[in-house]
Amino acid sequence: MTETKTGYAPLTSIDAITAGLASVGYISTREISTAIYLAHNLRKPILIEGPAGVGKTDLAASMGRFLNVPLNRLQCYEGLDEGKALYEWKYGKQLLYTQLLKEKLGEVMDGATSLAAAFDKLTSFEDLFFSETFLEPRPLLTAMQQTQGSVLLIDEIDKSDEEFEAYLLEILSDYQVTVPEIGTIQAQVPPLVILTSNNIRELGDALKRRCLHLYIDFPDPKRERAIVQARVPDVSSDLLKQLVNFVHSLRDMDIRKRPSISETVDWARTLLLMHASELDEDMVRTTLNVLLKHESDIQAVDKELRKLTRDSVAGQ
Amino acid sequence: MADKVITDFIRALRSADIRVSTGESIDAARAVRLIGYADRAKLADTLRCVLAKSPEEKATHDRLFDLYFSRALDTASKSVSNAAPGDTETDTTSDDMLSLIESGDEAKITIALAKAGQEAEIQDIEFSTQVSFFAQKMMKSMGLERLDTKMMDAFRRLTDEGEGEAEKLIEARREMFMRARNYAQQAFETYGAGATETFRQEFLSEKAITQLDRRDLERMRTLVEKLARRLAVKHSRRRSKKNRGQLDLRKTLRKNAGFDGVPFELLWKNNKRDRPKIVAVCDVSGSVASVVRFFLMLIYSLNDVVPDIESFAFSGRLESVGDILEQQDFSAAMDEIIFRIGMSSTDYGQSFSDLKMDHWNVIDRRTTLIVLGDGRSNYGDPRVDIFSEAASRAKQTIWLCPEAESQWGSGDSEIPRYRPYANRMVHVRTIKDLERVLDEVLASYN
Repeated sequence: MTETKTGYAPLTSIDAITAGLASVGYISTREISTAIYLAHNLRKPILIEGPAGVGKTDLAASMGRFLNVPLNRLQCYEGLDEGKALYEWKYGKQLLYTQLLKEKLGEVMDGATSLAAAFDKLTSFEDLFFSETFLEPRPLLTAMQQTQGSVLLIDEIDKSDEEFEAYLLEILSDYQVTVPEIGTIQAQVPPLVILTSNNIRELGDALKRRCLHLYIDFPDPKRERAIVQARVPDVSSDLLKQLVNFVHSLRDMDIRKRPSISETVDWARTLLLMHASELDEDMVRTTLNVLLKHESDIQAVDKELRKLTRDSVAGQ
Repeated sequence: MADKVITDFIRALRSADIRVSTGESIDAARAVRLIGYADRAKLADTLRCVLAKSPEEKATHDRLFDLYFSRALDTASKSVSNAAPGDTETDTTSDDMLSLIESGDEAKITIALAKAGQEAEIQDIEFSTQVSFFAQKMMKSMGLERLDTKMMDAFRRLTDEGEGEAEKLIEARREMFMRARNYAQQAFETYGAGATETFRQEFLSEKAITQLDRRDLERMRTLVEKLARRLAVKHSRRRSKKNRGQLDLRKTLRKNAGFDGVPFELLWKNNKRDRPKIVAVCDVSGSVASVVRFFLMLIYSLNDVVPDIESFAFSGRLESVGDILEQQDFSAAMDEIIFRIGMSSTDYGQSFSDLKMDHWNVIDRRTTLIVLGDGRSNYGDPRVDIFSEAASRAKQTIWLCPEAESQWGSGDSEIPRYRPYANRMVHVRTIKDLERVLDEVLASYN
C-alpha cells in the first residue's frame, strides 16, 4: 500500500527530508522530519499544534517548495463553509448559458416529436449544467485535482466551526470529496495534508484520531541560531549567540506574549541595520518593541534589562 | 512478537488515561514496521507522533516510553533473534534458577524474567500492593517448586555438603525473588501507576473539601486541571445557532446582486450566542476559605472557555481580587487574599454594598453571578435588597453554600432570606459538586 506511485520522489528517508527542507531554508528537527516521513508513508494528515510563530505554517510552505508542488492554502475562520472551502457552482455563468440557450431552444428541440423525446433532450442539458465546467474549485477541491501532487494547508482549523471540522473528515481519511450533483471525486495523487491549530478551542476527537500529531514548541537555542542564520546570513556569530540567548531568557519570563521566531529574525535584522556587533543595554531598550508587543510586557522586561543583557552577553 | 510489544505499550498508555483508538493502534503498528526498532530515538518520535495527541499526552508518552522500552525492547529483539536456534536454551533456564543465577548472564536472566512476566500476565497489574503477588507468580513460573524440592532434598541429606548446597539454593532463590520484584515494580510503574492515580483522584473528587489534607493539595491541583479540561472540551465548541425562520433580506439581496437579484442563495438571521461571563463573589473567612480556593482554581483554569471572569473576595469589606490571581502564582495569591481580606469579622451587608458602590457595572445581562459563602453575617443587616437587585441585573444567580441544607437558617445564617432571589441555592461539599454547578452554568450559555 505504501509503495503506490506518488509524485513525491524526494521523501525517501527521514534524513532526506531534513536535508531537503534545509535546502529551502527551513531548519527541521528529527521529530518534524519523522512526522513528515510518516505522513507520507502512512497517507495520513498531520495536525500541528504549538504556540504562535514557531513556523507551523512555514513548514507547509517549505514542503511545497521542497517537493516543487503547488501549495493550496485554506485559511479557516468562523463561519467558513463548503462554498468557500470546497467548491461552488458558477451561478453567473450558468445563468448566462441559460439565456443563450433560450434563443436556441427551437433549434435544439427541433427533432423532438414527442414529449418524451423533448424531455430526454432537456435532461441531457441538465447534466451539462452541473458538470465540472461550471464548477468553481476552492482550495480543497483544487488539491484533489492536482495531478503532480500538492501540499494542502488547512490553516488554523481551530478557528472554524464544529460542523466544518466534521465536514473535513471525508477528505482527511479517504482523500476524496463528494459533490452531490457529480459524484465522488478521488484525489489522483493524495496531497500532503497539513493542519495547524493555535488551540483557540479544543479540536474534536474524531479529527485528532485521523491525524498524526506534531507539537512544535519554541526551538532550543542551537536550532534558533540556525534559523536566524539562514534568514539573516550577515549577522556575526557573537551577536547571533547573544541575541538568541536574550530572546530565550525573555521566553522564560512571565509575560503576556512570548516573542516568536519571526520576531527573533526581525530583531536580528534590526540590530544588523543599527550596525550592532554585540548587545548593549541601550540598544536593546530602543529595539525592544520589535520583540514585545504589549506595553505591560515591555515595562516588565525594562526593569530587568540590565541583568538580562549582561547574562546574555556573558552566557555564550 | 513485535506487534505484541506495541499492543502492550498501547495498553500501558491507556492505563495512563491516553485514549488510543483501534485505528491508531493499526497506524502505530504500520509506522513501526516502517521505522523499525533499531533506533530508539526515532521509534520514540514515531510513536509520539502517532499515539499522543496533546502536549500533556506527549509528556506521559515519553515517561512511559522510557519505562517500557528500557526492557521490552531488549527482550523483544533478543527473543526474536534467538527464536530460530535456541528454543531449547530458554527452556533450560526456567528449569534451573541456580545455574541461571550462577551463570551471571544478564541477558539470559532478563529473558527468563520477561518470559515469566508474560506467563504471570503481569500487564494486568493495577496497584502497588500487587507487586509481591506478581513477583511470586513469576517465581512459580520459573520453577520455584522444583527449586524448593531440590532444597529440601539437600537438607534431608544431613551432610555438610548438602547444607552447603541448600544455602546456595536459598541464596539463588532470594536473588531471583529480588529481581522478580524489581521487574514487577517496573511493570507496575508502566501499566498500573496511571490506574492507581485515576483511582486516587476519583476518591479525592468525592471527598469533602473541608476535610482535605495539605498533602492532598498537589494531587488536587492536577485533578482540578483535569476537570477544567473536561469542562473546556465540552463547552468550547461554539455552535452558531441558525434561525431558519427569519430571512435576512439585506444580506440576501447583497449576496445575490451578481445574479441580477435572483435569489439563488438565501441568508438567514443568526442568533448570536452570548459568551459566558462569570462574576464570583467569595466569602474568604474561616471555614469557607478552603472551598473558595478550589472554586477559584477551577474557574480560573477555565480561562479558555470563560475569558471574562471577575472575582471578589470579602469578609468584612469586599475587594476585587482578579488582578492578584492573574498576576501571581495561584497558591501564593490565594494565601495573600486569605491573609489580607479574610481576617476580619464577616459582614455580608457591608460587602454587598461595597459591590454596589464600586463594581456595580460588572454585572450585566450576560453575567452569571456566583456567590460562595455560608451566609453567616454575625447578625448584621444582610442587605437582601442589594442582593435581589444584583440578581435581577444578572442572567442568573447561583449561591454555593458549603453548609448542608439542615444548617441553613440556624443561628446567624441568613441563607433562607437570600434564597428566594437566587436562581439556585446549592450545597457544595466536594470538587464534583463544584464541577457539576459549573457544567450547568456553561451549558446555560448554549
